[in-house]
Amino acid sequence: MILLSSSLTTPAVGTLFWSALIFGLFFLILTKFAWKPILSAVKARDEMIKGSLESAAKAREEMLKLKSDNEIILRKAREERENILKEAREVRDKLISEAKGKATEEAEKLIEKARIGIENEKLKALSEIHEQVATLSVDIASKLLGEKLKPSGEQSKLIDNYLKEIDFKKN
Amino acid sequence: MKTKKLFGFFLFLLLAGSYFTAYSQEVEEKGVVKEKFKASTYILEHIADSHEWHIFTRKNGDIVAIYLPVIVYSKEKGLKIFSSGRLAHGQQYKGFKLEEEGNLKGKIVVVNEAGLADEVNLPLDLSLTKTIIGLLSAAIIGLILFLSLARSYKKTGISHPKGIQRFLEPVILFIRDDIAIPNIGHKYEKYMPYLLTAFFFILINNLMGLIPFPPPFGANVTGNIAITFILACCTFLITQFSGNKSYWRHVFATPGVPFWLLPIMIPVEIIGLFSKPFALMIRLFANMLAGHIVILSLICLIFIFDTLALAPVSIFFVIFMDFMELLVAFLQAYIFTLLSALFISLAVQEQH
Repeated sequence: MILLSSSLTTPAVGTLFWSALIFGLFFLILTKFAWKPILSAVKARDEMIKGSLESAAKAREEMLKLKSDNEIILRKAREERENILKEAREVRDKLISEAKGKATEEAEKLIEKARIGIENEKLKALSEIHEQVATLSVDIASKLLGEKLKPSGEQSKLIDNYLKEIDFKKN
Repeated sequence: MKTKKLFGFFLFLLLAGSYFTAYSQEVEEKGVVKEKFKASTYILEHIADSHEWHIFTRKNGDIVAIYLPVIVYSKEKGLKIFSSGRLAHGQQYKGFKLEEEGNLKGKIVVVNEAGLADEVNLPLDLSLTKTIIGLLSAAIIGLILFLSLARSYKKTGISHPKGIQRFLEPVILFIRDDIAIPNIGHKYEKYMPYLLTAFFFILINNLMGLIPFPPPFGANVTGNIAITFILACCTFLITQFSGNKSYWRHVFATPGVPFWLLPIMIPVEIIGLFSKPFALMIRLFANMLAGHIVILSLICLIFIFDTLALAPVSIFFVIFMDFMELLVAFLQAYIFTLLSALFISLAVQEQH
């Protein structure tokens, strides 16, 4: 009742007038000189932050892409290297085995030749020994028997027989 | 909350009133010559508008006050500007008088030759009253604050906020991001200046009203219905002028309503247009007024019981209420802004 009967609930004309004027001016001045610059500054900053965040994200993406590209390149290079090494290893192995084969062959050939030569020399030597032994034995026999024993056909034959019986191979 | 507070206040007045009558009777019985303390007069004097700014009353009854300018216009006497000190203690000046009793208490009336006050034809009173001075000071404080803020933005450019910006920018961003954008949507920019102005205007006035002393603090500005009326009018006008086709169709041809119901629906919708800002006006007015009244009533307790023993209790409750009012000061500014944004959004939103 106190509230209703008093002037509290009836707006006074003067107050209405002044408050409209003051609030209106307050609004206009602030809008022109405060809110517009403040809001545009805040907006500009927001946009700058947004822009920098976006560009940072883009840069990160690009970096990731570059990184993956690098990895691909690296992997390829590694594969290439592996291949080259493998090929080289194969070539080397082949070369070695070829060389080994040739060397063995050559060596075998040489050995064969040597063996043949040795065989020939041996045979030659044997026949020479044969002859020498024959002459020597004749000489020895003649020395033993004196000059009486003359080398004749019969004696030579006998010696030869003896000699044949001697097996050189046993020695 | 508003109703609760008002209810609590009335309950309090009722209780205080009964105590008060009991007490005053006691005083009379003892026959002590002592002026009765009238709590309701005291409170009303503090919350009502007046032509002078009362500071204190001396023990001998002299009033120390700031006399504010009176600007008054009447048909016979024309426009007159003078100090309200000329009208103090019931004096007449240039044919004007400040009514001290009755229905027109606190109003300036024209006095005719016979020395009688003309109570029918009141002069147009455009005086700079206590409320107006409080309002003007709040506006000046606001202007200084935000113009310097704007200057600091010009200086810092787009770098991080500095100094005063750090306090005010979060609030501005809050109004933009949590009030304007969610409600109004992409057209928010057009309404930001009004929302910001309304919010800070109400907030500064609320806060200044909470500070009891010295003038220009402590005036009951946002608890004055004329001021909340002007604020609500601004929201109303902005809402109506930004109303788009679908808004007006909603009013005059509400979709989904059969045409024979329209004669009922159109008046209802039109009432709705006015009731929204009306609620804004009453909400702010009642909340701020009730806050002032509750705090003053609690202080009055000391004088009603005429004992210092009650002072600690009273002070405790006043401090508590001051904190409440601090919250309410922000809350009411927020609610007014939020609801304004909401009403604007109803006017500008696309067909739904």
